[in-house]
Amino acid sequence: MVKMVHLTIDGIPVTVPRNTTILDAARSVGINVPSLCYLKDLNEIAACRVCVVEIAGIQKLVASCNNHVWEGMEVYTNSPRVREARRVNVELLLSQHNCDCPYCVRSGNCELQKLANDLGLTHMNYHKEIPASRWDSTFPLIRDASKCIKCMRCIQVCDKVQSLNIWDLTNTGSRTTVDVSGGRTIREADCALCGQCITHCPVGALRERDDTQRAFEMLNDKDLITVVQIAPAVRAAWGESLGLPREQATVKRLVAALRRMGFHYIFDTDFSADLTIMEEGSEFLEHLAEPDKYAWPMFTSCCPGWVRFLKSQYPDMVKNLSTAKSPQQMFGAVTKSYFAKLIDADPHRIRCISVMPCLAKKQEADLPVMQDACGDPDVDLVLTTREIDRMIRSEHIDVNALAEEEFDSPLGVGSGAGVIFGATGGVMEAALRSAYYLVTGENPPADAFQDVRGLEGWKEATFHIQGTPVRVAVASGLKNTRNLIKALRAGKVQYDFVEIMACPGGCAGGGGQPIHEAQELAGVRGQVLYGLDQVSDLRFSHENPAVQALYRDYLTKPMSHRAHELLHTDHEAWAMPLRPEKK
Amino acid sequence: MSRLEFYSTSGSQAVVESLYRDLEHRIVASPPGLCPVDLAASFLKLCHAQTCGKCVPCRVGLRQLELMMNDVLNGNATMETLTEIERTAQVISDSADCAIGYEAASMVLKGIRGFRDDYESHVKTGRCLCNLDQPVPCVAQCPAGVDIPGYIALVGAGKYADAVRLIRKDNPFPGACGLVCEHPCESRCRRNMIEGAVNIRGLKRYAVDHAGIVPPPPCAEATGKTVAVVGGGPSGLSAAFYLSLMGHQVTVYESRKQLGGMLRYGIPSYRLPRQELQKDIDAILATGVKVELGVTIGKDISLAELHRKYDAIYISIGAHTDKKVGIEGEDSRGVVSAVEMLRAIGDGTMPDFTGKRVAVIGGGNVAMDCTRSAIRLGAETVSVVYRRRQQDMTALAEEVEGALAEGAELLTMMAPLRIEADSEDNAVALWVQPQRVGAIDKAGRPRPENADQPPVRVEADVIIVAIGQSIELKAFQEYGVPIHRGTIAALSSGGIENNQGIFAGGDCVTGPATVIKAIAAGKVAAANIDEYLGYSHTITVDVKIPKAYLGERPSCGRSELPMEKAYERKGNFQCIECGFTEEVAKQEAQRCLRCDHFGYGVFKGGRKKKW
Repeated sequence: MVKMVHLTIDGIPVTVPRNTTILDAARSVGINVPSLCYLKDLNEIAACRVCVVEIAGIQKLVASCNNHVWEGMEVYTNSPRVREARRVNVELLLSQHNCDCPYCVRSGNCELQKLANDLGLTHMNYHKEIPASRWDSTFPLIRDASKCIKCMRCIQVCDKVQSLNIWDLTNTGSRTTVDVSGGRTIREADCALCGQCITHCPVGALRERDDTQRAFEMLNDKDLITVVQIAPAVRAAWGESLGLPREQATVKRLVAALRRMGFHYIFDTDFSADLTIMEEGSEFLEHLAEPDKYAWPMFTSCCPGWVRFLKSQYPDMVKNLSTAKSPQQMFGAVTKSYFAKLIDADPHRIRCISVMPCLAKKQEADLPVMQDACGDPDVDLVLTTREIDRMIRSEHIDVNALAEEEFDSPLGVGSGAGVIFGATGGVMEAALRSAYYLVTGENPPADAFQDVRGLEGWKEATFHIQGTPVRVAVASGLKNTRNLIKALRAGKVQYDFVEIMACPGGCAGGGGQPIHEAQELAGVRGQVLYGLDQVSDLRFSHENPAVQALYRDYLTKPMSHRAHELLHTDHEAWAMPLRPEKK
Repeated sequence: MSRLEFYSTSGSQAVVESLYRDLEHRIVASPPGLCPVDLAASFLKLCHAQTCGKCVPCRVGLRQLELMMNDVLNGNATMETLTEIERTAQVISDSADCAIGYEAASMVLKGIRGFRDDYESHVKTGRCLCNLDQPVPCVAQCPAGVDIPGYIALVGAGKYADAVRLIRKDNPFPGACGLVCEHPCESRCRRNMIEGAVNIRGLKRYAVDHAGIVPPPPCAEATGKTVAVVGGGPSGLSAAFYLSLMGHQVTVYESRKQLGGMLRYGIPSYRLPRQELQKDIDAILATGVKVELGVTIGKDISLAELHRKYDAIYISIGAHTDKKVGIEGEDSRGVVSAVEMLRAIGDGTMPDFTGKRVAVIGGGNVAMDCTRSAIRLGAETVSVVYRRRQQDMTALAEEVEGALAEGAELLTMMAPLRIEADSEDNAVALWVQPQRVGAIDKAGRPRPENADQPPVRVEADVIIVAIGQSIELKAFQEYGVPIHRGTIAALSSGGIENNQGIFAGGDCVTGPATVIKAIAAGKVAAANIDEYLGYSHTITVDVKIPKAYLGERPSCGRSELPMEKAYERKGNFQCIECGFTEEVAKQEAQRCLRCDHFGYGVFKGGRKKKW
């Protein structure tokens, strides 16, 4: 029995379980005490002092986010002292905040802006003192010190959820700020580029490198052929910041929007996800056939954040990665070879653009080893979901008024197995569906492997394919991943095949997705993807006719010589900063 | 208007005086890890406020220095700015008329030369080299990282056994430390900003005194790994305790008759009653630690054999050999080393100093232990001969005061010259050379220099040399354990280079240091030995920490532990210090500002629940 505590908040009697914070108690009765730095369970550090309240009998104002209620407590959330403190503290934050809001990517979705507006601030009483910002603006992850409010959420999410400790406080006293830990620059850091710090930033201090203008330049160039691919998880989220209800925000409506923008060919990364399954699934079966030749378990390789993590944290295990490229990169390589041939175009004229829920994809596309089709980068430009939304807005496309349109052919065909790549466990499930077929010659029930679904950080299951047990594990979020790898290295667990996604919940919760204060939407978006799989005519990657045609007409078969050239990569061929030695 | 007036403090000046005191308190409580350039600039601003305004270098120059330092801090400086700061500061230092100006400039010069790399980092990267490292000050200052706010809160809540369990997570000697720890935790206590540090050691002692027998936690499943600990002092026993909890079989080899090391053979029982020490040792042994007493490595068993027999070794032999003054007559009868004397006392062999005139050479805690023991052993007079001033003594001030209260006399500014002996080679006097204070050395103490005065004869028939200890390293050196300047060259992990499975820590690595440092070294070694053996056991404790009190913490001075009456206590070896009463303990616990919950601690470093 949880002990209940009785108190009053602004005169309203409240009964909540013991160990409830004052903030939660207030919100439970509809008293929305404002907060800024606070993120439940992740950042309860009472730094911004915006959530302070007055308690009868206690002289100082008390932060409501990390102090608990007690029996008989009398709380006032809007007393004159509280109002004054809240206002002054927000003004103080604003005095050091670069308020060039019109050209900030978070304008309209900024907690500080919202709070200042809510409080009705009309002018600034203090000297403005904006800290200078130094940053490598070519890196996919951008931090603008002039906008940072030192809420510490980025530090916390990187430490507690991703276990990478990329961010830390730097300098002391009045010049205390956040920067890359250990005095490193971001390029020197072992940042996975998961982008979780961005999606947890309440203001515009953290964002992706904006590549939208480069995209418009490509669209403007009449000599170029623009080919765009849309990643699975994008379809579950792109409408959120455009005010489109989830059922309206279909991928076909996004296709229509991109067509309005002027992209020549609009394709689906689901297609190359299916292709990934054919290659990675075949590779896995090859490993199973000759177990002594390979390192175990085999790791999936489609998440570039995870690849960066493994290379920097456990470089000796890079050999466990599947050599298959990610769907994005397979798509680029196929576009600039097979597809260029199909449309009889010079591949050097093609610009391959992808829309991804991800920051690491920007860096992956820039890798020198990803230029296999014609010598140019296989993927020229990567836009996050947020960037494509901004492009739609800047084109003033009324998405509500758009009718659905179909993907172009042939690289616009994808299976349900490809769609679920966007959710944690999806790659594993898709791979098992096809591996089963490749071994037995017949399809398993499409939902036979659904045990690997769900938001749990580290899942495991054993399936039998023709009597052979296959031990699989799925993790998402890099702290969960680290725990899994530690257990593997300590010999506490044994697996054959492991799927890892850097972001909690997989790409659905990716660092390039629309940002919603204090909401984790990976679960909801993942459900959209599983729903799409459920209603799909195609549930198996190996049944994708476009993939079958590609093999028939161009690649011959999975793992063929040409498939190796175009669709596989050497993960050791590029360098990644290693995790610094612990001090 | 009178011809002369008696000066009286104005109202505003009185407030300023009290602000000075506040500032002093604040500097005492300054958190570690602050940016030195930022601090230097802040000090400079204060210095500049002190200028009278007459002279150019001070009135204008200090302001220009301040502006340039702000440029550095704000990322608006170049390397030329640093040159300009140094040049300007040098000119102010050379040409200011009075100390207000030239000393302020010297501080800037000292900084720009002393932490130039930090200045340069600000210029080149816009960042400070310092890592902000100011979690809970007491925990940060405790070498063993004991959860101090946690156990203080438990004492406040009357949960004494839980407090002991929590302390033992990081320190298996709560009893001994409650009595003799040098309490570095108190040095930067944030309560200093208000009126004075919380008496942390006193509260620890209160917890232990009222907890009863607290059994150690259960050990992890046996690993089958064996570890030999060489030396049963605080460091060795700490390592043994944690390794045993981790499931390894530990054997402690101790060359003396009893366990405890310097806690027994260095610290007299009037400071650390033997039954209190025994309680700590009993709890450690209760985890299943095996003990071999009277076994000396290199004599009874070789290090090579230990290395063969055990999966890992922890060397914690302490620093138990004496240092000589190196003066004429030191071999005379009646001249004893502190180590020798305290060791005998540790095993219950009490020398008889009845009617003797005793001179103790040295100014450290060991010298005070010898002094106060000599008084208890019946000496007629005890003189502490020290070549610097009383305030320069390395002994804790309360130890010196205690010795004085018990009747010792201090002969400061006296350097030993030679020992005079009679025809039968019995010491009869110590000749000393009077000193005068000279320039300040690096540690901030004035260097003693020979005064132009004739030597002085101090009559003494017992002369105790307490000027430090060294380490008996032969057996270890022969086996290839690396030695550096008379100590074992262990890494910060406790391991030694190129010698798989051998770790070392405590006084034999640091040179003579504090109990809590030795304990911390044992803890560090335990963790790394566990890792070396292929495990990653965690040490934790399931104790619920009471919530922080949100109400006021009204001004309340620090309570000190009362002492037994000097004229009574000096006649015996009974414990001289009394514990707090419940009333005072509760009041003192209530003074804790709970830096684990308020301030930076709630964000980072506030509580390490396991290691």
